[in-house]
Amino acid sequence: MRISQDWLRDWVSLSTDTETLAKQLTMAGLEVDAVEPAAPAFSEVVVGEITHCEQHPDAERLRVCQVDDGSGEPKTVVCGAPNAETGLKAPFARVGARLPGDIKIKAAKLRGVKSFGMLCAARELGLSEESAGLMPLPADAPVGRDLRDWLGLDDPVIEVELTPNRADCLSMLGVAREVGVLTGQTVAAPAVEPVAAQIEQTQEIQLSEPAACPRYCGRVIRGVDTRAPTPMWMRERLRRAGVRPLGIAVDITNYLMLELGQPMHAFDLAKLNGRIDVRFARDGESLALLNGETVELSGNTLVIADDNGPVAMAGVMGGDATAVGEDTQDVFLEAAFFAPSAIAGRARQYGLHTDSSHRFERGVDPEQSLVAIERATALLIELAGGQPGPVNAVTEAGCMPKRDPVVVRPGRVNALLGTEIPEARMQKTLSELGMQVEPSEHGWQVTPPSWRFDITREVDLIEEIARIYGYDQLPVRRTASPAAIPSRPESRVLLARLRSLLVDRGYQEAISYSFVSEELQKLLDPEQKPLALANPISSDLGVMRTSLWPGLVRALQHNRNRQMGRVRLFETGLRFRGELSDLAQTPVIAGIAAGPVVEQHWDEADRAVDFFDIKGDLEALLALAGQQDACRFVAAPHPALHPGQSAELFLGSDSVGWLGALHPAVTAALDLDGPVYVFEILQSVFEEKPVPAFAAISRYPAIRRDLAVVVDESVTAQALEDCIRASGGEHLKTVNLFDVYRGKGVSEGCKSLAIGLILQDYSRTLTDEEVDATVQRIVAALSEQLGAGLRE
Amino acid sequence: MSDELKTLTERAHAAVEAADTVAELDEVRVAYLGKKGALTEQLKTLGSLPAEERPAAGQAINAAKQQVSEWLEAKRSGLEQAELNASLEADRVDVTLPGRGQSPGGLHPITRTLERIEAMFSGVGFSVAQGPEVEDDHHNFEALNIPADHPARAMHDTFYFDAHHLLRTHTSPVQIRVMERDGAPVRVIAPGRVYRCDSDLTHTPMFHQVEGLVVDEGITFGDLKAVLDDFVKQFFEDDLALRFRPSYFPFTEPSAEVDVECMFCHGSGCRVCSHSGWLEILGCGMVHPAVFEAVDIDAERYTGYAFGMGVERLAMLRYGVNDLRIFFDNDLRFLRQFR
Repeated sequence: MRISQDWLRDWVSLSTDTETLAKQLTMAGLEVDAVEPAAPAFSEVVVGEITHCEQHPDAERLRVCQVDDGSGEPKTVVCGAPNAETGLKAPFARVGARLPGDIKIKAAKLRGVKSFGMLCAARELGLSEESAGLMPLPADAPVGRDLRDWLGLDDPVIEVELTPNRADCLSMLGVAREVGVLTGQTVAAPAVEPVAAQIEQTQEIQLSEPAACPRYCGRVIRGVDTRAPTPMWMRERLRRAGVRPLGIAVDITNYLMLELGQPMHAFDLAKLNGRIDVRFARDGESLALLNGETVELSGNTLVIADDNGPVAMAGVMGGDATAVGEDTQDVFLEAAFFAPSAIAGRARQYGLHTDSSHRFERGVDPEQSLVAIERATALLIELAGGQPGPVNAVTEAGCMPKRDPVVVRPGRVNALLGTEIPEARMQKTLSELGMQVEPSEHGWQVTPPSWRFDITREVDLIEEIARIYGYDQLPVRRTASPAAIPSRPESRVLLARLRSLLVDRGYQEAISYSFVSEELQKLLDPEQKPLALANPISSDLGVMRTSLWPGLVRALQHNRNRQMGRVRLFETGLRFRGELSDLAQTPVIAGIAAGPVVEQHWDEADRAVDFFDIKGDLEALLALAGQQDACRFVAAPHPALHPGQSAELFLGSDSVGWLGALHPAVTAALDLDGPVYVFEILQSVFEEKPVPAFAAISRYPAIRRDLAVVVDESVTAQALEDCIRASGGEHLKTVNLFDVYRGKGVSEGCKSLAIGLILQDYSRTLTDEEVDATVQRIVAALSEQLGAGLRE
Repeated sequence: MSDELKTLTERAHAAVEAADTVAELDEVRVAYLGKKGALTEQLKTLGSLPAEERPAAGQAINAAKQQVSEWLEAKRSGLEQAELNASLEADRVDVTLPGRGQSPGGLHPITRTLERIEAMFSGVGFSVAQGPEVEDDHHNFEALNIPADHPARAMHDTFYFDAHHLLRTHTSPVQIRVMERDGAPVRVIAPGRVYRCDSDLTHTPMFHQVEGLVVDEGITFGDLKAVLDDFVKQFFEDDLALRFRPSYFPFTEPSAEVDVECMFCHGSGCRVCSHSGWLEILGCGMVHPAVFEAVDIDAERYTGYAFGMGVERLAMLRYGVNDLRIFFDNDLRFLRQFR
């Protein structure tokens, strides 16, 4: 809502400066976004009159004008505007004038003719976006008068951003009322006298849906000169409010909307057929709108119809066929009340948003319809002539919005706000806001005025009292709250700890969008059907991620395209799997690593990151979870991973994650060089950490024995360790694989694995015989189960 | 002292002086003081001397041995020190060369900001609650007193999956889930990702919020003012003024928008605050009774406050980031600035 301060002064006298007023409005909940003058800065522009106009001798499109600028000395001005003609009054920028855009007007020679100043278009003065020749000024404009002064262009325009509950302030009337309360001034509304009918004619009105439209006022006005110019003062007020002038009849309806908050509509009476019926649209009906679009109407859409069908979308936009045009002579004016629930969402449903729908869906004061139609009639007759018929005001009283009294308990007000506001002050505030306050058993019965649609409960009135009292006056209360000690399950590893570990191991945290491109999703997780957004922002962000890999891959690409060779990133967040009815939103941790394992170093060989670097990172995470013994890495195929470097992570029998190199075909499709390693693991793994349980430390020495066994290549380290642990017995404490060897001395297709065994008993030193027996048992089991032979 | 002894002693002195290493010095010791050393040999000549000369000659020889021994010791300690010095010198490294191993990465500035916020609120007894990001209409809107076709819905450009499922447009549905689960009293914050169907220079389709909710008997607007006043000052580590002004949210009443004194110009007006001296940083208010009714909490017995803040906004102000979209590019040159 853009408020001209000069216009506001017509309603309420202002004793403060604009800045103070803006602050008062902001602090009362009418947030002032900006204050700017009604026109950008310019100087030395006066009302000029073209006293003579002739063709330029050497240029077809130029005219040479004599301009009276009030100085007594006519100025020769070369002008290219098509509407330049003798007798036209237009803004004239004298030599030395400064115009918006840092333009300075100098004397100039145009095609051989000297020109002293410039006749201006509205656009050149920043008064319009459109360029349509010189800005015509009315015939009574005083020649020589400074234009800024004459049009009051230094008027501050206050732009207020209104919250949806304050529809009552979407008018000068509403803002003036608010300012009146804030400044203690009385509000003087313009007097509206009923205009007596001069003709008998009325338009019949039927309210078929009284709940949606309980009040409709219509009036026939015949013999209107719809070509009459809109007066400058009205054009300026419309312009300052951000409304384009469109012809006298429409301008007046718009003016009333701005002044009283009552959206109106003017029909060309000649184009209406029969009775006006306010009803819901019927199947198959369509309507060609004023904006040139034709819409298929839904049954939930309230329309104004005549005998031939819909002529307007009620409260949203008029129809094209019945619009007032230049040839219109007889007008039918509408000022109605449509229930917010009947209008809300309807405009949006058709991709529309209008000043009218904006107001009706938030609530228009039903008591203004009649006032508005009388005032519109008076303005129309004054400015464009015509003979009014009587007002036909149809009201379905039982369906009009009710203002139920709300109980307000002064004690509750102070309890919620933490204040000690005296009752009298509360009562005064409520009364000034137009509320009827009646005493009741617990406090007051407060009935809100017809223009307030947001007062239905006690808290709504508490806010009103607080707002006017001033939020900045509400006391601050610091109390020692009796806080209970929060639960801190020790079995749960905090996400922050997991993040720290990865950060300490060289990872940078990434945050990527939860929606990704379906194509990329398919490449990295083809077995999941991702959940698609109905209205994605772009197809690139069309589906919910089923894994964090797509986002991390995108981040890798982004950095690779910016010469970053070494990239280690991780992300935590939800992945989304399954159908909407059965959607799993699962928190995971995922990472990606590519490029050198460390930045190039003076004493370390350059080495690209490999499987075991990333596995080490994952093992470190699992160590935090206290789950390293329960977790197993199992070689398993994954459609996006290298078949030889891909492991599925199991916790017990549950699959909890994946680790591997991206498949070369995938990296090629992504245009990524070199191996890229990725992992993803469920955060739930970190929620079952065993609480440490002390085991006494043996006072007797541990004994170490090393074994080197030769096994087939297909035997995994895990299988070997499992076999050793299973056969090792109670004294075997630690199994550590410390070497893997292939080559001389080991036959082709085999490998030698060296294992350190640590044996210990809690209560005594183990004898050599016991140790030997254990080792022999292990060797026998390895031989039997895995075909392992001791290395010679 | 015999001439011979004198000569021997002088030769021994010269030999000690000439030795360059501990090993050479050992050779000198053996050559003069060893079992068959030249001075030891001298003792054997005593027998050929007349008895009355023997004591004096013996004394002279022992004195010479003592002298040589002292020279040897002095020289040895000098040589050992030199050798230690040489060995230490050989071990010298350029301490300015870089060390080995991974250098740490860093947290995303949004996480860093969230962790700070969480730490501050945990300090005053808030626990952290989470909720789903794919939400239903009931939790995201209906239970928060935003019925279908409420104008406030137009302020939320919502991503939908179908008529009833959507990406949460704010963290407020977590309020509902917490109250449904735990009833009253409540003291939580809910950080997380939220989504709006809007993308331009100052909007990303995903961003982060922190929601706060306190419900108890006797909670007043004054408690809300206190907690936010403390938070803002601690977050920015600056004694900044706060301004509460009336606003509208369907799920709070009274509602307020909170402005903080611009930390760049301290209220005198600059480009960042559009010359207003104030920066809008969060919305808040007293929990609307309709919200309590939706979760079956007695709105007469309990009152509460709620607040919600945009994490990107706070991070931008804290770290001077002037481009919202850079948060989600994951550009290492950006991320590494927050180690």
